[in-house]
Amino acid sequence: MIELKNVSIVFNQGTVNENQALSNINLKVKEGDFITIIGSNGAGKSTLFNTIAGTYLPSRGEILVNDRNVTRDPEYKRAQYIGRIFQNPTLGTASNMSLEDNMMITYKKGFKWLKRSLNNRMREYFKTELVQLRMGLEDRMKENLVMFSGGQRQAITLLMMVLSKPALILLDEHTAALDPKNAEIILELTNKFIKEQKLTSMMITHNMSHAIEFGNRLLMMDKGEIIFDIEGEAKKALTVEKLIQKFHELRHKSFENDRTLLSEE
Amino acid sequence: MIEGIFVEGLIYGIMVLGVFISFRILDFPDLTVDGSFPLGAALMVQCLLMGMNGWLALLVAFTGGVVAGMITAVIHNHLKVPNLLAGILTMTMLYSVNIRILGNRANVPILKHETLLTQVTDKLTGIVPDDYILLVFFLVVALAVKVLLDLFFRTDLGLTMGAMGNNEQMVISQGVDPRTLKTVGVGLSNGLVALSGAFAAQYLGFADVGLGQGIIVSGLASVMIGEFLVMKSNRIGVLTFCALAGSILFYAVMYLGRYYGYVIHMTPSDLNLIKGILIICLLILTQFTKLKKIGIKAVAAK
Repeated sequence: MIELKNVSIVFNQGTVNENQALSNINLKVKEGDFITIIGSNGAGKSTLFNTIAGTYLPSRGEILVNDRNVTRDPEYKRAQYIGRIFQNPTLGTASNMSLEDNMMITYKKGFKWLKRSLNNRMREYFKTELVQLRMGLEDRMKENLVMFSGGQRQAITLLMMVLSKPALILLDEHTAALDPKNAEIILELTNKFIKEQKLTSMMITHNMSHAIEFGNRLLMMDKGEIIFDIEGEAKKALTVEKLIQKFHELRHKSFENDRTLLSEE
Repeated sequence: MIEGIFVEGLIYGIMVLGVFISFRILDFPDLTVDGSFPLGAALMVQCLLMGMNGWLALLVAFTGGVVAGMITAVIHNHLKVPNLLAGILTMTMLYSVNIRILGNRANVPILKHETLLTQVTDKLTGIVPDDYILLVFFLVVALAVKVLLDLFFRTDLGLTMGAMGNNEQMVISQGVDPRTLKTVGVGLSNGLVALSGAFAAQYLGFADVGLGQGIIVSGLASVMIGEFLVMKSNRIGVLTFCALAGSILFYAVMYLGRYYGYVIHMTPSDLNLIKGILIICLLILTQFTKLKKIGIKAVAAK
């Protein structure tokens, strides 16, 4: 489905601040994969997402989507088939617009024309979809999003993204800015949507038990490299202890340090 | 006299709607306005002097404004110039262009020539009391522009443009090029400003390259007065109404300042100072009341 070939990203090339954010990443994401990604701060997880989404163009290497080279495609073009949720809940929705307007904007990908699509049929449809979030949002369609909590906004962003039927979804620690209860709700919804719609997805998390619990494949990143890639039955057998052990073996770093870096929560 | 106050507010109200689009909806502080207003005036006057149909001349003026706005947006989008600077660039260039359009003159009168306004006056004489003809005409024009804008911002394209000023990332995530939206939006905004300039030229009886001086400040002040006085809302119809109401109020104050300012020894040249102080006061008041939290964010907060 999506394939990264020898992708490298170097920031500030040729200066003292030169920073190899990604080095020789080779990754093949298959249709229907649900990949969780862990790694310490600065491991290159978000840079990997930014590269796939097109926010950063790679310094070297190629990105293929269904065997089509998209390496030079700008972010907005790739967004036609990539859905993305950020850590910051305000990035997915427009604060000063009503819920129904927000849903209308995000309902379909691609350039919008002078058509007026928001009618009562659409409103009814949005309402029925909102019910599955079980947050009572279906009765607040006319309210501005600035009135909603971070958890609600993230749930709305998630729902709207699913409705637009992207081929790949990128979840960049999308529960990290929420309180534990809301984070749990969003994570459950995420899992439910991904399973129901058989979405190909990648999820960055700082929580190792979540990384093990969810998805069929796990990537561990460090210093801009994918150091560990495990899937299927082998992944199911993982535990937090084994994961830390593995990191230790691969990187020869002190155990205590790893625990803080790859926080267990 | 009273109709004079409102007529100005309505003519410039079209410009205020344009400023509202760029500043509030797109979050694109656009200074092209100071050049596109006299551009509209110059195009209108020259077209009329060439004997063109008034409505067609209006279309020419509007198109001229759209092109000017698009140039600003393109400079900003493709040369990575900050939007303020891009606007100043276009505005500066327009000064020369406007003088060219006016035939290398800074001021071209059109007092004795037939304009749209004289045509309308001829048609409406007898139906509407003479004193109110222009008031009725401009009320209809301003409301028509407002309603068209409301309709536009309820379409899918309009909604997406609304999201643009709020959250550019969201627009990108929808697979829409924000540069296209900016080009369309700033173009539309300047088209309206030029349209307003075209009407102003006919009302004043001349086109002048200096007509646009400080227009952006007046526009912004009007937008802010409207937001301050009228209730906050997320409905586009209410927001455009606020902009129009703000314009009428602002130009009423300016009108009174011009005609009765002598009472407090004020001269017309003091008006720019008054405008600036008015904006500062409004900003302070907005900060106090935190109105911006609910409605559209104040530019001052940035």
